[in-house]
Amino acid sequence: FYLTPPQVNSILKANEYSFKVPEFDGKNVSSVLGFDSNQLPANAPIEDRRSAATCLQTRGMLLGVFDGHAGCACAQAVSERLFYYIAISLLPHETLLEIENAVENGRALLPILQWHKHPNDYFSKEASKLYFNSLRTYWQELIDLNSGETTDVREALINAFKRLDNDISLEAQVGDPNSFLNYLVLRVAFSGSTACVAHVDGVDLHIANTGDSRAVLGVQEEDGSWSAVNLSYDHNAQNEHEVERVKMEHPKSEEKSLVKQDRLLGLLMPFRAFGDVKFKWSIELQKRVVESGPDQLNHNEYTKFIPPNYFTPPYLTAEPEVIHHKLRPQDKFLVLATDGLWETMHRQDVARIVGEYLTGVHHQQPIAVGGYKVTLGQMHGLLTERRARISSVFEDQNAATHLIRHAVGNNEFGTVDHERLSKMLSLPEELARMYRDDITIIVVQFNSHVIGAYQNEE
Amino acid sequence: AAGMFLRLLSDIQWRAAHPKWRRMTSSQRSTSTSAEPHPVSLPAQAQVVICGGGIMGTSVAYHLSKMGWKDIVLLEQGRLAAGTTRFCAGIVSTARPASIELKMAHYSNKLYQQLEQETGVQTGYMKTGSISLAQTQDRLISLKRIASSLNVMGVPCEIISPKKVLQLHPLINIHDLVGAMYLPEDALVSSANVSLALATAASRNGVQIHERTTVSHVTIQKGRVTGVETDRGRIQCEFFVNCAGQWAYELGHSGEEPVHIPVHACEHFYLLTHPLPQPLSSSLPTVVDPDGRIYIRNWQGGILSGGFEKNPKPLFTEGRNQLEIQNLQEDWDHFGPLLSALLRRMPGLEALQIMQLVNCPESFTPDMRCIMGESPTARGYFVLTGMNSAGLSYGGGAGKYLAEWIVNGYPSENVWPLDLKRFGTLQSSRTFLRHRVMEVMPLMCDLKVPRWDFQTGRQLRTSPLYDRLDAQGARWMEKHGFERVKYFVPPGSDLLDLDHSKTFYKPDWFDIVGSEVKCCKEAVCVIDMSSFTKFEISSTGDEALENLQYLFSNDLDVPVGHVVHTGMLNEKGGYENDCSIARLSKRSFFMISPTDQQVHCWTWLKNHLPDDSNLVLEDVTWKYTALNLIGPRAVDVLSELSYAPMTAEHFPSLFCKEMSVGYANGIRVMSITHTGEPGFVLYIPIEYALHVYNEVMNMGQKYGIRNAGYYALRSLRIEKFFAFWGQDLDAFTTPMECGREFQVKLDKGMEFLGQEVLLEQKQNGVYKRFTMFILEDHDTDMDLWPWWGEPIFRNGRYVGKTTSSAYSYTLERHVCLGFVHHFHEETGEELVVTTDFINQGEYEIDIAGQRFQAKAKLYPFSSLFTQRRRKDEVELSGYQRE
Repeated sequence: FYLTPPQVNSILKANEYSFKVPEFDGKNVSSVLGFDSNQLPANAPIEDRRSAATCLQTRGMLLGVFDGHAGCACAQAVSERLFYYIAISLLPHETLLEIENAVENGRALLPILQWHKHPNDYFSKEASKLYFNSLRTYWQELIDLNSGETTDVREALINAFKRLDNDISLEAQVGDPNSFLNYLVLRVAFSGSTACVAHVDGVDLHIANTGDSRAVLGVQEEDGSWSAVNLSYDHNAQNEHEVERVKMEHPKSEEKSLVKQDRLLGLLMPFRAFGDVKFKWSIELQKRVVESGPDQLNHNEYTKFIPPNYFTPPYLTAEPEVIHHKLRPQDKFLVLATDGLWETMHRQDVARIVGEYLTGVHHQQPIAVGGYKVTLGQMHGLLTERRARISSVFEDQNAATHLIRHAVGNNEFGTVDHERLSKMLSLPEELARMYRDDITIIVVQFNSHVIGAYQNEE
Repeated sequence: AAGMFLRLLSDIQWRAAHPKWRRMTSSQRSTSTSAEPHPVSLPAQAQVVICGGGIMGTSVAYHLSKMGWKDIVLLEQGRLAAGTTRFCAGIVSTARPASIELKMAHYSNKLYQQLEQETGVQTGYMKTGSISLAQTQDRLISLKRIASSLNVMGVPCEIISPKKVLQLHPLINIHDLVGAMYLPEDALVSSANVSLALATAASRNGVQIHERTTVSHVTIQKGRVTGVETDRGRIQCEFFVNCAGQWAYELGHSGEEPVHIPVHACEHFYLLTHPLPQPLSSSLPTVVDPDGRIYIRNWQGGILSGGFEKNPKPLFTEGRNQLEIQNLQEDWDHFGPLLSALLRRMPGLEALQIMQLVNCPESFTPDMRCIMGESPTARGYFVLTGMNSAGLSYGGGAGKYLAEWIVNGYPSENVWPLDLKRFGTLQSSRTFLRHRVMEVMPLMCDLKVPRWDFQTGRQLRTSPLYDRLDAQGARWMEKHGFERVKYFVPPGSDLLDLDHSKTFYKPDWFDIVGSEVKCCKEAVCVIDMSSFTKFEISSTGDEALENLQYLFSNDLDVPVGHVVHTGMLNEKGGYENDCSIARLSKRSFFMISPTDQQVHCWTWLKNHLPDDSNLVLEDVTWKYTALNLIGPRAVDVLSELSYAPMTAEHFPSLFCKEMSVGYANGIRVMSITHTGEPGFVLYIPIEYALHVYNEVMNMGQKYGIRNAGYYALRSLRIEKFFAFWGQDLDAFTTPMECGREFQVKLDKGMEFLGQEVLLEQKQNGVYKRFTMFILEDHDTDMDLWPWWGEPIFRNGRYVGKTTSSAYSYTLERHVCLGFVHHFHEETGEELVVTTDFINQGEYEIDIAGQRFQAKAKLYPFSSLFTQRRRKDEVELSGYQRE
């Protein structure tokens, strides 16, 4: 079984999406030129989600990738809801009042977000009322709490993350008279999701990360080469600080059982996540909810299963780590991606491939045989790869697609091997997960001119 | 990096050759050791100065000195054989489709073979043979056509099966082959050493050779070469030969009066490898795989392989020496597709170790044929360059022809297809050249089917009607930069199909042209023939008539308003031009010649007319649009448009009159059509062209008028046995040899050029005879179509080649035109060809190895003329060249 290049392309491009920040008067005054995003499923259905939106009541743009586990329900809910929680957290008191008044009096609501969605990125209509009510409760509380202080982005991000996770938990505990919705909120709470969200406003870039997705900044050095700067820390067993944090939060007696086989309680890869109430609720609460829940839940072995050595919940939090970065003209792009990408590619390669793609310059040194011993066959192989590298660039109109092509198709020489690509993409569903994970990528391109101008003002 | 290659391929042999070289020449020239760069000063004058010490320059010097000329200086800016010659792949191959190139290559091969013996310089000559592979049936047909040509030339050549290929060369993968052509006598030789050997022999014959001497420019006074300026002083000379290779264009432009030499360099790559574990035999044949775009030869136990890629890299467009030739980069990525082709052809070479990729620029010309001859603007300024990467194969023969040209005034063969004068200033634009050579280089390997056209450098010269005709479905071909219509695609036809009609068989425009021909025969057609070269010659006294009477063989002292078909002959009675001349007044003449005569005819007239201010020659080509109205109803259309009677009584054949057509006045109407059909050509001042065309088309509607193209014209003229200059006629053909005695007035009361030869031929007969052949057992739908250059057999023996062919829609047969010779059965000596000899033979035409019976005729079919008027009015000339 063999996929032709056009078939490969149609698979790779099925979910690609591009957004260019519109220009006004021939100028783009935003620090963001636009973004490319794409995702390639390994699970069926895919458990990754992505979101992108422009804040309409404050400045700034939000972009995020969400890697779901134990189903896609939680990732889906977070992808729909999180940006509203962030936007609300960022709003000034007056705007919150205005919004509340409009709702109160049945007037048209101020639009809060402008979404940039691929047609495949859906919102669940059934839950929208429920979600809205939870959100309204949040802003009402914010209005009541009016601190009078200007909103700090870092704080807003942390609050939004924590509040949404709390709402997910509460909705599941309360339940819903509508049996479909009731089942939905339970699935959201019992599944989990990481989140890696970027908020860009002028030269201020904030990354809020929960879990093991990653944000990497592409920086062009003076000599034209590309380097990668991490703007997030993975929350997993490889992160010493994270392991340390988890151990600090629990009695010393649990030290040995907390992290086993690089997993939280020997079960969960990410050390922070939305949902996953199995790692947050007390055993009693879990049992009560499951027993009173619908049959589907009750008969689900996973939900009924209680993690071993479960003594002092919660073991898991959705609280993000936030990194602030002042954008510089040499910061050309930001890659947000789920671990499906980072497992296969080093961030340095990611930065180079995207950088070369975006600038259209391919730093292929001309080959010189010189004094080396090279056979015709070796040279032929080398040239074929180089051609493939160039042709794959021209095939893609989307930087994220281009990255996925490399992530899946790269051979040992770091060039796309069509045969390998074809094999990887034609794997049957049940095998695909064993060879690769869902991959979701957003590549945000920055506007160096605008960023340079900001810098000069300061 | 290239330096390494130099040491390997050339310098080893240079060193071997050098002691001899030094011994023979030390008295007069420096050696490569630069300690003592110029021991001998340049002479103040010489008869001939040759610029360029590559294969071309040394070959010209060699042949000039062989012909007895001694006062020759050869100047080389670097060292001998240091340019393209040094990097040449060293293949000498006779596998050439065109006969003049084939003859040059054949001669070169014979010359190189004995050169080592003659000069003592080791040339490394090795007769390895060559195999040209065919991956497709069409490719095999083209090889078979070459094989037919080679066989009658006496060059051993064989079409062989893939299995035989494997026997000849064990490394070749034959699975995708349908056949091949084997030339056992093709050879390998070191081109640099051939060049050195030629220089050695020339030097021995008295030619002075000066290296490290740069020609800055050539001085020209009153249209003649007077000398050259070099960085070491001036040399006065009578003749200058520009053999500067890829620098020829710039050298031509360096002086005050430019000499336009349309060449442009492209990078050319080939690969050298280390020896195989079991080193390849040096006698292993060279392999040419045109479908894979590569050639492969054995080289020091390994291989040398290069090719002609689809995406060539033109070089030096802006001028010379942005980078030194030796410093050109290897470009492996560019070579990739050729390497793939190499490994596909010889998969066993995968493990072979690379030595180097050589980047060796080659110069290319706009029509893929080399450039030789005298400049049209500067007498004594000769050129030999633009070898399209076959310099070694052509070098010997080309040098010989050019030497003959300088010494005798013309070479021993017809070299018009290579003559510098086939080009004008219009092919001299750098942009044009850059674009065209990018098309030409890949064409080296592309399949060349009948009637292919260049795609680049188009729409340069156009008729004012171009857009109108294009909108009506015109399909175009190009001649001397001028766009001409091939045929008109009727609305609704599958255009895509027609544009891709690449075939050796019946083309898909067959029915389209058939209907255009039918319309010419039964109603009336319009063909835009504006591309023809048009001159006016006038004088205050009788100078015009007197001079033209000397230059043309027919009698031009005819009443005003008459048109005369006549040859412009050389001393040997051969056609330098074939034209129609209208006597506009007592003292002015209007001359119409083939399109590509624009430079040649102008030069010929300029060189032969006296420098007399009373005599004015003007090129008016651009002033007139020519519409050819062909067909029995042309009379009706024109008389309705002009309110003038146009019938034969009032407007006889071969008549010319200025009249009004529609609103436009001053239209020159001539009762000729260049096809033998009734009709008129209208010469219209260009600003009236659209008006007259519209009027003709509107008025013609009721007579069934339609547009037609040159393919219809060609079919008509060939079935009428009209010879065309450039295709059938050349400088080596006399009117007597092509049944044109009636266009020669030996008794016109004054001497004319070529008269003596014609008189002699009239008395003693001719040695070749233009003959028309009707193919008998040829199936138009199924069989290969003739093109031109097919061998003619009489009673099983080779007697000549065809020069043009077309399908006659009237006869429903193919018609070939060609020359029949009479070779003595034993000695091969040429004998007089008599009418009986022609009539008493059984003829066959060989199309790609398959022979078809043909009926020979010396006169056109009278049945075709039933609609004609008086027989003596029949127009018997025409001269378009397709």
